[in-house]
Amino acid sequence: MRNKLINWFRYASPQTFYPLAGRMIPWFWGLAAIFGVAGLFIGFLLAPTDAQQGEGYRIIFLHVPASWMSMFIYLVMAFWAATGLAFNTRLSGMMASALAPTGALFAFLSLWTGALWGKPMWGTWWVWDARLTSELILLFLYIGFIALQAAIDDPRRADKAGAILALVGVVNIPIIYFSVQWWNTLHQGASVSLTRAPSMAAMMLWGMLLCALACWMYSIAVALMRVRVIMLERERHTDWVRALLRGKA
Amino acid sequence: MLEASNLECVRGERCLFAGVSFRLEGGEMLALQGRNGSGKTSLLRMLCGLTPAASGEIRWCGRPIAQLGDEFRSELCFLGHQNAIKEELTPLENILSTARLAQEPLDEDAALAALELVGLLGREDLACRYLSQGQKRRAALARLVHEKRALWVLDEPYVALDRAATELVAGLVGAHLQRGGLVVLTTHQAVAVPAGNVRELTLGDDVALQQRL
Amino acid sequence: MLSLIRAVIGRDLRLAMRRQADIVAATFFFIIVVSLFPLGVGPEPDQLRRLAPGVLWVAALLATMLSLPRLFADDHRDGTLEQLALAPQPLALIVLGKVIAHWLVAGLPLVVLAPVLGVQFDLAGDALAVLTLSLLIGTPALSGIGAIGAALTLGVRGGGVLLSLLVLPLYIPVLIFGAGAVDATVTGLGAQAHLSLLGALALGGVFFAPWPTAAALRVALE
Repeated sequence: MRNKLINWFRYASPQTFYPLAGRMIPWFWGLAAIFGVAGLFIGFLLAPTDAQQGEGYRIIFLHVPASWMSMFIYLVMAFWAATGLAFNTRLSGMMASALAPTGALFAFLSLWTGALWGKPMWGTWWVWDARLTSELILLFLYIGFIALQAAIDDPRRADKAGAILALVGVVNIPIIYFSVQWWNTLHQGASVSLTRAPSMAAMMLWGMLLCALACWMYSIAVALMRVRVIMLERERHTDWVRALLRGKA
Repeated sequence: MLEASNLECVRGERCLFAGVSFRLEGGEMLALQGRNGSGKTSLLRMLCGLTPAASGEIRWCGRPIAQLGDEFRSELCFLGHQNAIKEELTPLENILSTARLAQEPLDEDAALAALELVGLLGREDLACRYLSQGQKRRAALARLVHEKRALWVLDEPYVALDRAATELVAGLVGAHLQRGGLVVLTTHQAVAVPAGNVRELTLGDDVALQQRL
Repeated sequence: MLSLIRAVIGRDLRLAMRRQADIVAATFFFIIVVSLFPLGVGPEPDQLRRLAPGVLWVAALLATMLSLPRLFADDHRDGTLEQLALAPQPLALIVLGKVIAHWLVAGLPLVVLAPVLGVQFDLAGDALAVLTLSLLIGTPALSGIGAIGAALTLGVRGGGVLLSLLVLPLYIPVLIFGAGAVDATVTGLGAQAHLSLLGALALGGVFFAPWPTAAALRVALE
C-alpha cells in the first residue's frame, strides 16, 4: 500500500512534475488550436442563422463554453484544495493557485459576452436573472480567492488558507445558486425569461461542444504554464531549480 | 518521554536549523540557546504542535504528537513570548479564566495564593493594562504555580523579570522537575535551576546540530 | 463540553463589557446607515416601505462586517489564541463559543433596534414583527459564516477589506431569505418558507462553520 502511494506522490513533487508539464503543454496548445479552429469554423460558417436572434446569437460559441469552464474550473480548484489539505502535497496548492486566474477570466468573459448578447436581444446590458447573478457571485468568489492568496506572504499558509476558502466556496455555490433562483422567481417582473431555449440545430451544438473543448484544452495549457512559473518562483533556492536555470543560462 | 528526531525548520526561504534531535525523560530539562533568529521559538512551537516541522518527527511517549492530538495537548503547558493575559481583566480574573478554559477549575483561594507567590497580591483587582511589563510577566507565570501537566514549554520565561522573580520561576521549574515533569525552555541568561537534570542545546551552531543528546 | 462553551462565552462577554465603546460604535453605524437611506432616496412612504427590508438587512450585514475583524485579532495579538489552540478540547468548540458571544454582542443589538428603525420606514405591525424575527434567526448565520473569513484573514495585510471581499458573497443567501421574508409578508404571501430556509442557513452557519474556522485558525498560527 505504502509503495503504491509513494509511486503516485512521485508526480506530486515539483521536481518530477516540472519537465512532465513542459512536455505536455505544446500538446494541449495544439489540441486547443485544432478544436478552436474547428469550432469557430462550424460556428461562423456552417451553423445556420437563428430564426429569432439573427447573426447575433453566434456569441454563444464563446459565451456558453466560458460559463461552463468558469464553473468547472472552480470544482477542479476545490478538488486540488481538498487534495492539498488531505495529503499535504505541495503541488496541489500550486495547481489551485494556477487555475484561479483562468477561472476568473472565464467568469468575466461569460458576463461580458452575456452583456453583449443581451443588448441586441433584450435591449439591456444586464438583467438580474438567476444565472447572471450567480455567475457574478462566482466571479466574486474567484476574486476573493486570488486576493486572499495575494495578501499572504508565506506560500504554504497562502495555499492552505486558499484551500479552506475554496472548499467553503464550493459548499456554498449550490446554496447561493438555489437562493438566487428562488429570489429571481419572486422578483420576476418585466424581464425576459432565459429558460425558454429555442431548440438548437445539431450544427450549433457541435460548434459549441468543439469550442468548449478548445476552452478546456486552453485552460489546461495555461494552468500548466502558470504552475511551472509558480514552481520556479517558490523553489528557486532548491538545487534542481538552480541546476535547471544554470543549464539554460 | 519527549523525543525529537531530525527536526528541520524552514522559515520563508531560509533553513533555520536541520537535523535537531534530542530525547528528554521525566525530571529532565532542556535549555535551548542560540543567537536571535536561530529558531528557538520556532522549535518550541514545533514541540507544541503549532507549527509543522519541515521534516523530522516529534514523539511523546513513543507516539507522534500529530497522532496524539488532544491527548498530547492535555499534558502540555505552553507559555509563549506573549503573555496570553487580557489587558482588560485583572490578574485574578485572568488566572481564573485561563483555568476555566483549560477545564481545570481553580478556586479563588488557590488563585490568590498563586498571585501572592509571584508578588501580585494587592494588585489582583487592578486591570492588567495598568501593570508594568514585569508585573504582566509575573501574572502570566502565576499559571505555573498550580500547573500539574507533565510537559512545560516556556519561551523566555525570565525576560522582563527582576532577580527575585527569576529565582522564583527557577524554583517552580525545579519543583516541577523533582515531581518528574519535563521542561523545555529558551533563555539568554544562565539561571541555576535548583533540582533536576539540565541539558543544553545551542541552535545555529553546526557542531551542536549534529550532537545527539 | 457545554461548560467549555459557557466559559468561552462568559470570558468574551466580560471582555466586551469592559470595552463597550466597540459595541456602541457598531450599533450606531447600523442606525446611521439605515437613517441615511430616506435622505438619499426621498421620503415617500410607499417607496420607503418597499425598500425597508433590503435596507435594514444590508445595513445589518455591514454592521456585522464592522465587528468581525476583532473576533480573533485581539486574542491573536496577546497570545491567548495560541493557548486556546493548545487546549485539549476541540478548537471548533471554542470557536462555537466565540461565535455565540459575537452574536450576543454584535447581532442581538441589531435585532432589538430593528423594530424602531422599521417604524422610520413606515412598516406595518406584522411586517415589523417578521423583520425582527428574520434578523433574530438570520444574524447568528452572519456571525458563524463571518468567523470563517475572520480566521482566514487573521494577521493578513489589509485584513478588513479582504474580509468583506471573502464574506459578503457568502452572505447573499442570508440576505435573500431575510429580506425576502419581510417582502413576502408585505405582499401578503406569508413568510413561513423564507423563515424556515433562513433557520436552516443559521443552523448550518453556526454549527458547521466552526470547523473550517478552526482549521483556518490553526493555519494562521503556524
